[in-house]
Amino acid sequence: MSETHKIYFYPVWLRIWHGFNAIGILVLIITGISMQSDINSAVIGFNMTVNLHNIAGIVVFLSYFAFFIGNLVTNNGRFYLIKMKGFFKRPIKQGQYYLWGMFHGEKYPFPLSEKRKFNPLQKYFYVLVMYLAVPIVMVTGLALLFPEIIIDNVYGISGVFVTAILHSAMGFFISIFLIIHLYIASVGKSPWENYKSMITGWHHV
Amino acid sequence: MRDITIFNVEDKNGSMINQSYIILKMKFCWIILISILLLCSTSNSEAQSYKDAQHHKCLKCHSNQTYSFKNDVTNKEEKRLMNPYYILDTVAMSAGVHKPFDCTDCHSSEYQSYPHKSTLKLEPLSTCLDCHGGDASFASYKFDKIQEEFKKSVHYKVYGDNFSCSKCHSQHTYVATARNSNDVLEIVDFDNKMCLSCHNDMKKYNLVAGHSNPKLVQIHSWLPNQELHFSHVRCIECHTEVIDSLMVSHNILSKDKAVKKCIQCHSSDSKLKASLYKYQNLQKRSGKGIGSAILTNSSYTIGTHQSPILKLISILIFLATLGGIVVHSIFRIFKK
Repeated sequence: MSETHKIYFYPVWLRIWHGFNAIGILVLIITGISMQSDINSAVIGFNMTVNLHNIAGIVVFLSYFAFFIGNLVTNNGRFYLIKMKGFFKRPIKQGQYYLWGMFHGEKYPFPLSEKRKFNPLQKYFYVLVMYLAVPIVMVTGLALLFPEIIIDNVYGISGVFVTAILHSAMGFFISIFLIIHLYIASVGKSPWENYKSMITGWHHV
Repeated sequence: MRDITIFNVEDKNGSMINQSYIILKMKFCWIILISILLLCSTSNSEAQSYKDAQHHKCLKCHSNQTYSFKNDVTNKEEKRLMNPYYILDTVAMSAGVHKPFDCTDCHSSEYQSYPHKSTLKLEPLSTCLDCHGGDASFASYKFDKIQEEFKKSVHYKVYGDNFSCSKCHSQHTYVATARNSNDVLEIVDFDNKMCLSCHNDMKKYNLVAGHSNPKLVQIHSWLPNQELHFSHVRCIECHTEVIDSLMVSHNILSKDKAVKKCIQCHSSDSKLKASLYKYQNLQKRSGKGIGSAILTNSSYTIGTHQSPILKLISILIFLATLGGIVVHSIFRIFKK
């Protein structure tokens, strides 16, 4: 594999953000599941679980702003723009490749380049997660840190209840995304290729 | 009466009296009886009028900070401060469950004269069970079961029979809030004030415990969102043993047995469903529909596990994701 086939997709700031975000999200998922399941963390205790969840939440909250501002001031933001042309057709084509094409020797439908960092399906999920699920989980999480500010009653249902449901539903969605994200990252030239890219910053195409 | 109108009867001297005379006599008796009853009810309602405390024989003094009387020894009019523990809240009294009763229905009628006889202080007052025990009209309150549970409580163990119901439930102002209110916050506030009336009062706490009261905020410092918990759940939620047969458990536990695990309330199988929301559950399920009751009554639990449907969906999505990944991985291995 020659040097000419490498693209510097992941600048330092993005890798630092990604690292903080990954650790933060992992801690949030583990402590989040621990808090709402009966498997109460006997090792570290409920209080510590809550504290860890709160701290990780604040870390993810702050790192999100680094991501958001980074995407505004650098070229990285353009990779998240969705084209209306082929809005459904393009991600479906990518899905078909993952489910059928890749097992039948078909060519990768959307080869990555300096202009295309994500395939359409990947882009849709990233946009949904980073611009919808994460903001919702952050706002609801912040509200649950200060439950006294939450509206008492929303159309006859407790405001805290709605906030908690929304928070954990979005948290669950992010958890499912993370599992798929980690698995799909192993679909590359070699299973470790994409993981290495997130450390070195260079992506082999 | 019908029998009397049919037959002539013989009087005590053996002479016969006619029918119309007997009817007249009976009518007169009825009029007298009805007049007496009316007079009693009128005078009684005036005596019981807590709203007009200034003209009430007892409350004209016991609803004020001061009272005046003629001192027969010095032959002077005197004005003195009322013992603060003997000042009654007449507004709360007129809303209380015992509002139909007058003071002397429970206290000695001798209290109506002043100075009160010193021995009156020693009069044994009726307990709740003296009136409510074994009474079918109060069967739903289960006073006897309450007494049984109370005798297991830390209050009884420390203070014995001296710890009467009225230590917590003021017989003057008590309202059955938990049964009648639709507002959980109101129930919580009313109920917690009963505990705080002693546990946040050095003198009253010392009377029972024999030592000064612990600082509530400090000993609950481990509790996250303490202020919110204090205003949204009752003390008894964590400090009593919940039993299904009683609306409110009266077995107050010692502090080492209090609930400290968040999960006991913040889970789908919450302790609160069996205590604070017990009556509301019953009420709403019988009236407003099961769906809304279940949804709103789970608002204190954490996360999607509050809703069994969401919990099931999330488990299915999780399993489908894992299954998909496993199948995809197998294809990747064999189609390499």
